[in-house]
Amino acid sequence: MSDAVMRPPIRQARVNDEMPLVRYALIGVAVLFLLLILFLPLVAVFAEAFRRGAGAYLNALTDPDTTAAIGLTLLVAFISVVFNIVVGVSAAWAIAKFHFRGKQFLITLINLPFSVSPVISGLVFVLLFGAGGLLGPWLQAHDIEIIFALPGIVLATIFVTFPFVTQQLVTLMQAQGTQEEECALSLGASGWRTFLFVTLPNIKWGLLYGVLLCNARAMGEFGAVAVVSGKIRGLTNTMPLQVEILYNEYNFVAAFAVASLLALLALVTLALKSFFEWRFADAIALGATR
Amino acid sequence: MSVAGGIIRQNQSVIPGFGITLGITVTALSLVVLIPLAALAFRAAGVGPAEFWRIATHPRTLAALRLSFGAAFIAAAVNAVFGLLVAWVLVRYRFPGKGILDAAIDLPIALPTAVAGIALAVIYAPNGWVGGGLAQLGIKVGYTPTAVVVALIFVGLPFVVRTVQPVLAESEKEIEEAAALLGASRLRTIFQVVLPLVSPALLTGFALAFARGIGEYGSVIFVAGNLPFVSEIAPLLIVIRLEEFDYGGAAVIATVMLALSFFLLMVISALQTRNRRRLGYV
Repeated sequence: MSDAVMRPPIRQARVNDEMPLVRYALIGVAVLFLLLILFLPLVAVFAEAFRRGAGAYLNALTDPDTTAAIGLTLLVAFISVVFNIVVGVSAAWAIAKFHFRGKQFLITLINLPFSVSPVISGLVFVLLFGAGGLLGPWLQAHDIEIIFALPGIVLATIFVTFPFVTQQLVTLMQAQGTQEEECALSLGASGWRTFLFVTLPNIKWGLLYGVLLCNARAMGEFGAVAVVSGKIRGLTNTMPLQVEILYNEYNFVAAFAVASLLALLALVTLALKSFFEWRFADAIALGATR
Repeated sequence: MSVAGGIIRQNQSVIPGFGITLGITVTALSLVVLIPLAALAFRAAGVGPAEFWRIATHPRTLAALRLSFGAAFIAAAVNAVFGLLVAWVLVRYRFPGKGILDAAIDLPIALPTAVAGIALAVIYAPNGWVGGGLAQLGIKVGYTPTAVVVALIFVGLPFVVRTVQPVLAESEKEIEEAAALLGASRLRTIFQVVLPLVSPALLTGFALAFARGIGEYGSVIFVAGNLPFVSEIAPLLIVIRLEEFDYGGAAVIATVMLALSFFLLMVISALQTRNRRRLGYV
């Protein structure tokens, strides 16, 4: 949002402006608060990561367990994002293009994971698939590993990221209506062709925006993944879990080195997010995702 | 729209793919979200009412729940005040660096919680960046319940700012001008005109920050100290029970936590409806 738009063009009467002193004081307090709460932690991550110099930093990042964690994080995020694109587009198509009973209830259920604690998001899968869980004995008998293995990590990640893409696309496609699709279909295009050449171009920026937020959460998820992963070094450790293990071993430089990569991911995400909101405000249904 | 109208409309639509897209959605939602959550309720119910009550009212459970809900409440209240101030400053004033500050508001959502957690730990530990100075003044933050509040302030801030900001941006300055021209002081205008206007959004932001804080885990556990009965949050107690293979205990605490937070969200949403009606828009 730009300031120029909100300000009246001519500013004659200053009846409702604060006195300059009050204004500076308010700005000062707000900036100080943000510096202390938001920026200090960010600075701390990079300062601690480079405390022993660039050599130690690079050493920490090339440790085999750490590179394995990076690989696993990328793999889990990739699977979650692909899953969320398929389900998100499907859900948005069904919800935005059709009227049916219980639609609002369905939307509420889709957003449910937002209100569930990350730890509980992991716990539910342990209760279902863990050794003492409902399906645990059956899975063990058939030699299928879900908890303390990749499938559990992926499931927990999908659980916490479930609403991101869907919510974004539902809002956007509801705003866009059905006219363009109806037009294409009445001109003889197949449903699939209509989706590819009419709907997809209309939603591509919104979809990318949703994927951006979904990916950031998938790569950074800690609580849910911590519960299901078992934290086996080099095997089921994602980057956030690797941060925890290294930190608890007092290997602070290595912990903060891995953390700095995740912080960098957050900064890139924020920069792209701001760019999207500035450049494609109309094409992403701004305000849909909190 | 009537139900019958809805069904007719659906049948008449020329758009294909309703069955398959709704099918994919409901199947995915059931497999990943609904069935696992049902498993939680099933497991918690499986311990029996007496055992459920014993676990739910165990002093350690109660202490953890009290800390999680209490700290989340205080943090959300602090965020309501400072979040409103930040939103106000970002919407109404111009100053250098504003764009960066605005973009940075979402940092707590983008930054992985474990990263925030260890950063807060080196800042607020008794020998940390800020904690060291505070310790000399005799104030302990790191490894106390206060640290839980600090972590939850970090986590909840964007929810308040991002819900209040658009409402402030859209509020018409003419109303404030009218109040001023009618003789109201600036302070009175703020408290009697602006605040009522943003109060529904502020309450929503408070509720979102509160809900987020109750369940928060990663950013808290590194800096809280995790002393049972003192600085142990409810999500951590769930993890501890799981590590002891006490699945029933974990399920009961999780169920109580979920039920309490859903109840609170419902109360807040009811308050909101009343608030909106009182202000004249439904």
